[in-house]
Amino acid sequence: MSSATATVVTVRFFGSLREAVGRDAVDLDIENACIAGVRKRLASLLPADGLQALSGQGVRVCVNQTIVRGNVELGTGDEVAFLPPVTGG
Amino acid sequence: MHADIRVATDDFDVAKEWAALRTRVGGRAGAVVAFAGIVRDHAGPDQVEGLFLEHYPGMTEASIGRILSKASDRWELLDAVVVHRVGELAPQDQIVLVLVAAAHRGDAFAACEFIMDYLKTDAVFWKKEHRPGGDTWIGATARDRDRRNGWQTDDP
Repeated sequence: MSSATATVVTVRFFGSLREAVGRDAVDLDIENACIAGVRKRLASLLPADGLQALSGQGVRVCVNQTIVRGNVELGTGDEVAFLPPVTGG
Repeated sequence: MHADIRVATDDFDVAKEWAALRTRVGGRAGAVVAFAGIVRDHAGPDQVEGLFLEHYPGMTEASIGRILSKASDRWELLDAVVVHRVGELAPQDQIVLVLVAAAHRGDAFAACEFIMDYLKTDAVFWKKEHRPGGDTWIGATARDRDRRNGWQTDDP
């Protein structure tokens, strides 16, 4: 269900969060074009434990592959990602 | 500094990477240090049957690029290569390769260790261990963070 004012963003989930929410990505029409708007929209889509995992300790939010803090604004085509704690090597 | 960053499911050939780097640096380099990370068959007392690694294409390579830039700012380096594998890996598989070339060994040794320490804490990968009792997502350990932070307190 989209409207003329909706912003369309892609939301991606990685690692343990991908498993917790049961999918690796979702395209969302959001009325409120910001991270809070994404979270609100996800609340109607995801199981409660998956949603809770997105606010877990050490989880970082990215917009277009840059880590952001707080409730940044979004535009159509933006890619939002939820990243659990990383480790390589 | 020439930098080569690759994330791949395929295994890497250390000798081939080494030879390619030697060709690039020629007579300028007096030292090449290589580190290869291998998948262990245990984590503490627990058996590990395999690892699964995931990355975020684009962001992962950029995170490694920042680590190499930091190393290059700190030491006189000629060339650096990071090859990191993703996907399903078994014990004894190669998981990561770091090659560093410099005019002098001190720079190459230190930078290679620095790069590995930062890969543990700052590179954008996610790692899941397959254990007999089930799968476990693992993160950087307190020891990994201590090692990384040790470099920061050494800042001149």
